[in-house]
Formats: sequence, structure tokens, C-alpha cells
Amino acid sequence: MPAWLMQPRTGGLLLLAAIMVLVYLAAPNNFYLDVAIQIGLNAIVVVGLNLLIGYAGQISLGHAGFFGLGAYASAVLPAHFGVPPLAAPVVGMLSVGLLAFLVARPILRLKGHYLAMATLGLGILVFMLLTNESQLTGGPDGMAVERLRIFGERISGKDWWYLITAAMLLLSVWLTLNLIDSPTGRALRALHDSQIAAQVAGVDVARFKVIAFVYSAMLASLAGSMSALYSGFVTPDKAGFIHSIELVIMVVLGGMGSTFGGILGAAVLTSLPQFLTVFAEYEHMILGAILMAVMIFLRRGILPSTLDLLARRRTG
Amino acid sequence: MRLSRFLKGATAAAAVVALSAGFAAGEAAAQIKIGSVLSITGPASFLGDPEDKTLRMYVDKINAAGGVNGEQLELVVYDSEGDANKARTLATRLIEDDGIVAMVGGSTTGTTMAMVPLFEEAEIPFISLAGGIVIVEPVKPFVFKTPHTDRMACEKIFEDLQARGLSKVGLISGTGGFGKSMRGQCIDVADDYGIEIVADETYGPRDTDMTPQLTNIRNAEGLQAVLNAGFGQGPAIVTKNFAQLGIEVPLYQSHGVASKSFIELAGAAAEGVRLPAAALLVADQLADDDPQKQVVVDYKTAFEAEWNQPVSTFGGHAYDGLMILVEAIERAGNADPVAIRDAIEQTSGFMGTAGEVNMSAEDHMGLDLTAFRMLEIQNGDWTIVE
Amino acid sequence: METFLQFLFGGLTVGAVYAMVALGFTIIYNASDVINFAQGEFVMLGGMCTVFFSLWGLPLPLAAVAAVIAASLVGVALNKLAIEPARGANVVTLIIITIGASIFLRGLAQVVFDKQFHRLPSFSGDQPIDVLGATLTPQSLWVMGGAAVIVVVLWYFFTRTTFGKSILATSHNRLAARLVGINVEVVLLASFALSAAIGALAGILVTPITLTSFDAGTMLALKGFAAAILGGMGNPLGAVVGGLLVGIAEAMGAGYLSSEYKDAVAFLIILCVLFVMPSGLFGRRGTERV
Repeated sequence: MPAWLMQPRTGGLLLLAAIMVLVYLAAPNNFYLDVAIQIGLNAIVVVGLNLLIGYAGQISLGHAGFFGLGAYASAVLPAHFGVPPLAAPVVGMLSVGLLAFLVARPILRLKGHYLAMATLGLGILVFMLLTNESQLTGGPDGMAVERLRIFGERISGKDWWYLITAAMLLLSVWLTLNLIDSPTGRALRALHDSQIAAQVAGVDVARFKVIAFVYSAMLASLAGSMSALYSGFVTPDKAGFIHSIELVIMVVLGGMGSTFGGILGAAVLTSLPQFLTVFAEYEHMILGAILMAVMIFLRRGILPSTLDLLARRRTG
Repeated sequence: MRLSRFLKGATAAAAVVALSAGFAAGEAAAQIKIGSVLSITGPASFLGDPEDKTLRMYVDKINAAGGVNGEQLELVVYDSEGDANKARTLATRLIEDDGIVAMVGGSTTGTTMAMVPLFEEAEIPFISLAGGIVIVEPVKPFVFKTPHTDRMACEKIFEDLQARGLSKVGLISGTGGFGKSMRGQCIDVADDYGIEIVADETYGPRDTDMTPQLTNIRNAEGLQAVLNAGFGQGPAIVTKNFAQLGIEVPLYQSHGVASKSFIELAGAAAEGVRLPAAALLVADQLADDDPQKQVVVDYKTAFEAEWNQPVSTFGGHAYDGLMILVEAIERAGNADPVAIRDAIEQTSGFMGTAGEVNMSAEDHMGLDLTAFRMLEIQNGDWTIVE
Repeated sequence: METFLQFLFGGLTVGAVYAMVALGFTIIYNASDVINFAQGEFVMLGGMCTVFFSLWGLPLPLAAVAAVIAASLVGVALNKLAIEPARGANVVTLIIITIGASIFLRGLAQVVFDKQFHRLPSFSGDQPIDVLGATLTPQSLWVMGGAAVIVVVLWYFFTRTTFGKSILATSHNRLAARLVGINVEVVLLASFALSAAIGALAGILVTPITLTSFDAGTMLALKGFAAAILGGMGNPLGAVVGGLLVGIAEAMGAGYLSSEYKDAVAFLIILCVLFVMPSGLFGRRGTERV
């Protein structure tokens, strides 16, 4: 087997692509594809967020805000400003990137829990704007989104969206892995270990934090836009702090600092409620218990901890 | 693409056979599968909970009595937690995975509207239990609803204000979907009734103190009445704060608080509060010759005996939806979704807990204002305002 | 003036509750470095347990005491079963565990109790008290008074009793505390119990005003966390000031600016404060060890 295939970057990407094909082939009906698409959309956000949390060591409890802005860009821009639906996600992504860039410096000066609070507040402000400006956004009940047309054909089928989501996820993973492997990425990793140490070593800490923040915000916006176009409907819930927290849980559950772990986290947390519906009223208790148990016993996240265990078994 | 489709079909078939081998053995011969997505937990659980209980109870009753057209009903219920995105996924599951022929559900306007496009695309009838007028206006071929609209609630309240010679109203509403939608409708129809909105305040769904907003309303020039559009615990707190501030004009609540728990939560402060609601709440007080009496007394007795908790109009909406659907399936003679849709649209003279329902191609709700009663809370109980 | 006073009373009542929740955050944070996002569930448990214990036949005062004890036991169990086994895990991982606990406790309350809203009778009637033209319910006085008593008792406990001092010592330096013979495990247990008890007490005091339900804790945890951060995480005085400020900001925002954006007012203030004072109003300026 050629060496490049065994690298985590290419090998992991190929494995991910293979899983995507398998899931598509094995899905008994469109419902399974629907869940898979939702997993993919969340995974796109998580891949970016993991770079911010896992590598740059900066927590954000506000990324659902960026997701929501992206979603509403796809809904509001075509409906009120005549922007074509295909261009809206791009406009949304650039605006969110600009916004993230503007707030990044002051916000990222904060540390730990203070940073968590500031990003949480930012997300809530976005949520309130989307809820209260109902002339534009349709208010708390949300608004319909114009379907995407490519060459005049309406893109609304699950097959199409599975393909688009899978492609975008692969692309964002590839981009992220390259970022991680670049000098910037190495600096980011140093950052997580110790900011001061990184600074002393001559790394422009602030600049790299800003890059990770803006990049993850733009990925969140992209996923939000896609989610809106896919479902044909947006509500402010998706920008709410519960969704922000879900996204962080996905990162931590799957494995901070492990890009593929984060995707696994997104898959587990997105599909878990669908499995738990059989427990009816016990659903939440079980979800909470699973979350606690996983974090206690696989504290570095599902993927890294499991890999550790396997490696230990092999050597011991 | 064709190859992949074939592959996909083959794999899917294999998977389905493998998975369902175990289940298939125990399944009854002929079943009509209907689905429901309700807000059983979360902020709108006071809607979803009685709806869920009503559906389960009546499906059992119908099956015990021999089913519909000789076939048993199978009910699949999922909990959306009031989240529109979850509702959408669960509706996909009902349509694609469970293979339902019709749906009675959607506790809130937000969750309903998120699910509507799916049912329209799949051509499966959807009877919504939510209040927003946007659900049936404009008419969508496969979407119906059973409760009165928020616009009708505004009209009923404004009629009552007119009768009392009051015209300057202070409006306070929740920022949730229900409050926001009803606020818009009330402002919209105010002119028709010569009503002037002299104050317009809001509160969040989880707020615990509305004295600042009510203080501003109290200070409004010439205030003659206050109208609160909202549901959940908010209206109970508004009512208590209203009493605390000693505001001395009449207070109107919406049909969103039409359950006994509102009176319990607001306590003594609820005395004299008026609200529009379906006759279900005052079942015992209806005249014996009232055409609705039979239905509402029967439902109330059955629900309270089974669940040992007071009825709310929300459970009644689910009863209406299920019965309209069952009648339609009977009339259609088969369980084909499109045939059921056509039959639902032809519903006429159906007597439900919300009133008499007469649907048509232009009206997918079929209720008029007469079905609404103006109630006043006196001595801790509902009374009909004549 | 009376309008202003009315807004202030509303803000102080709500703020007192936030302050109690923020104090709960502070106590656990000081003892274990954990931000306990299940703090709101303690408040919910206080209210819901009291409601249901009295429905099941206990007289109200007894039901309240039993509710505080029940919540404390839950706090102890949370520490024993979820936080201690994860000792040494990343701070973010610990936060996710407490979020898991909060989801679990909400689910539990929904099964053991129900999904309805509930109320408690006001402790001393509903006759509003007139203060310079503004009105105040007796229950508001109970809430503010309760918060004040808790603050005084805590101050006494932490500065005048040996056990309280040992908790403080542990929060400053766990290793050193262990070396001078403090039983760190007991300190941790006590902190969780104390924090849960304060939360439960807040829940009991405020339920006659705000009503309660199985999911009443989420919003309170959010606001309490905001308050603790505004004051400076880890500083009890900061927690109280932060709580009152957030409550007052909301009330003034609703009264004078826009009721739709009243929460935004509170969060904007917090953001602005953090930009100027990155460790909150009374926070310790931390130095990082390399």
C-alpha cells in the first residue's frame, strides 16, 4: 500500500468517503438519508468548531448564532433583496466572516469562562434579532425559503442534498486538515498547550486565534445556509443557545482536537434522539445518562479514547 | 446513476427484509397507520400532553369498537419538544419510514409550518392542531386545522369590548410564536372594530416578572382594557402582576390559556378575567338543547375519567382532528391518502369540541365565530358571558 | 419617580434570584473549578419538590425543608457519581458532564413529577405593599430578604468558621490544603450540598411569584452564569452584585427601552463590561503558569 494512503489525512478522507457511499447505499428510505444529511450539516460546523476549541483552545458557545445568520441569509436575501438563492449562501458566508473578524479581536482577548460568556451573549443577541425583527425574518415561527435552482432545475430531493452535503463535508474536512498541517496549524496546537509559551516562541497568538474563529464562523454560516435551502424552512431555534451547546457537545463527545472524532460526535448526537424515541418519556433521562457516562469513561472523546484503548490492548 | 439506483434499491430491500423479519410476524393483517408529531415536552407541553393523551385514548376506543372500515388504526406518536427542526425530521420519519396515510398533529404554529411542505410534497393529509391563521390561509391542498385562529380570538375579544363600550386597549404579548402571531392579527383587525391600541408591550417566553411592561401600559393615556396574547406560564404571571399593580380596567386573556391550570396558577388574581374559548370548558353549563352539549360532555367525561386531570380545549382539538379524519376515512371507504384528503375537505356538519365544522375547498378549518364563547372567571371557575 | 421605583422593585426581585443562582455557581467553582450547568435544576428541584411533597401530604414548611434536603442529596450524588469519577478531565469535558446531568435531572423531574406548571401559595398573603406610589408584593420581600440572609450566613460561614475557611483554602490551592490536613473530598461534598441547598431555597422562595415546572432551570442557569461572570467568576460578592445588576438591567430595559430587547440590554452590558474588564467587575486577575 502506498505510504500516502496510510497518512491520517488521505486515509481518513478516503475512509470518510467510503462510509458516505455505504450509508447512501444502505439507507432503506429517505428518512435515513434525511438524518444523514442533518449529521453532515452539523459535522461541517463541528469540523470548524473543533479547530477553534480543540486546536486553538478557544471555547465558543455562540456558533449557532453564525449558523442562524447563514440560514437566514439564504432565506431573507432572496425573499426581500432579490439575491439569487445560489448567491445568498456566499453573501451570507462573507458577511458572517466579516462580522466574526470584527468581533474576534476584542472577544478573543477574553479567557476561559469569560470567553464562553461573551460568545454565548453574542449568539443570544443574534437569536433575539432573528426572533424580533419579524418583518424581515417571520419572527419566532420562522419563514419559508425559496428552493435552490441549478440550471432551472429545482434542487429539493434527498439524493441531491445528500450528494451536496457529502461533498461539502469532504471539502471542509480536507481544508481543515490542511490548515492543521500548515505552520499556522502547528502554531494553533502550540496555543492550546500554552498561550504564553507559544507567544514566547514567537508565534503571533492573536492572529491565529482570529483565523480559527473566522474560519469556523464561516463554516457554520455555510452549513446554516445549506440547512435552510435543504429544509425549505428556517426558525430562530437553530440560532439559539441550545443549538450552540449541542454543537460544543458534539466536539467534546467525539474528541476535541480530532477532526474525524468531531464528525463521529455529530453523528452520535444527531442520530441518538431518533434511537431514543422508543423510550418515550424516558428519552431525556437516558440521553443525559449516556452523555455523562461517555464523558466520564471516554473523557478525551469517543474517538481518541477508543483509539487509545485499542492501542493499549495491542501493546499490552 | 441508474446503476447506483439499482444497487441502492437492492441493498435497501435486503436491509428491510433483514430488519423487519422479526417485526412482521406479530403484525395484524390490515391496519391503517396514522401519525402524529406533538410538542409533548418542552415549553408547549401543556398543548402536546393532553393532545397525546386524547389521541392514544380514542384510538384505543375506536379499535376496541371494531376499528375503521373493519381495519384497526395504528397510531405513531413522536415528540418534537416544540422544536420546528425536530418536528420536520420526525415528520420525514412518519412519511418515509413509518408510511402513514394521514397525520393529526403539530401542536404549535411554528412546528406545523415547518412540516407543511413535507406533507404537501408527499401528498398526505395533515390535520394541524395549532392556531395560527397562516396554516390555512392561503389554503394548502393537504393541510387542515381544527382550532380557531388567533384572528378569530381577536375578533371575539374586540366584539366584547365594543359591547362594553371600550375602545382604548393596551396590548401585551409573548415573544413566542403564538403571542407574536396573535399580536399581529389583533393589530390588523383593530380598526374594523374601532379599537385603538394605546400600548404595545411584549415579554419573553421564560420571563418571570412583567411589572415593568404593565407599569408602562398602566401609564398609557386613556387606557380602558388590557389584552394579553400568550400561553404557558406567562399569562398567569401577567395576571398576578396586573393585580399587584392595582390596574383597574378589564383584563382579557387569549384562548391560549383555556385550561383549568390557568385559574389555579393565577389564583385570586384571575377573578374577572375574560377570554374567548371553545364550549368544552363550560360543558356542564351549556343549555340542554345546545347542539354541542352531547359532544363536549362526552369528551370531558371520558378524558377526565381516563387521565384524572381536568380537560383543556387543546386535547379537544386533537379529538376533533382524529374524529374528522376517522369520518373521512369511513366516507372515502379506503385508506388512500388522496381519497382521505378529498373526504376531509367535504366534511360538513361535523360537531366537535370547537364547534360545528363545515369545510370546503376554500376553507380548510370550517369554523365560525359563533363556536367561540366569551368566558369570565368567577369564584375560581368559568362562566359564560351572555 | 414611582415608575422608576416600580421598575427597580421588579428588577431587584428577579435580580435576587439570579444572585442566589450565581452564588451557587461560585461555591462549586471555588471548590472544584467546575462550572456546574445543572445549577438551575437545583432551583427547579426546590420548587417542584416542595409542590409535590405538599401534594403528597406534608405540611408546607416541612415540605420546604424536605425539598432543600432532597436537592442537597442530589448535589452530593452529582459530585460522587459524575464529577469525582471524572477527576482530572479537561474543564470543557467537566462542563459537558454537568450539562448531561442537567438533561438527566430535567428528564427525571418530568417522569417523577409531571410536565405542568405549578405554584406555591405566597408565604404571607398577596396584599401588595405601597411604597412611595409603587407596589411590592410581600413575596418579593421574602425573596430579597432570603437572598440577604443567605449572603450574611455565607459570609459568616466562610470567614468565621473553621470548616468554611477550609473550603476557601481548598479553592485557593488544593494541594496545599491537603498538606495542612484538610479533607478535600469532604470539602467538595459540602460545596455541592451547600450550592444545591441555596439553589433549592431560591426555588422555594420564588415559586409563588414565578411558578415552576420541570424545565424552569435552564433559563435561570443561563442568567445565573451571566451574573457570576459579570461579577467575576469565583467572587461571592461579585455574584451578588452581578445578579442584581442583570435583574435591574432587564427591568429598566423593559421599562425604558424595549420589552422585546430587554434581555439583549443585559447581555450588551455584560459584553461591554468584559471588553473593558476581562475578568468581570470583581474577578481575580489571573496569571498563567507556563
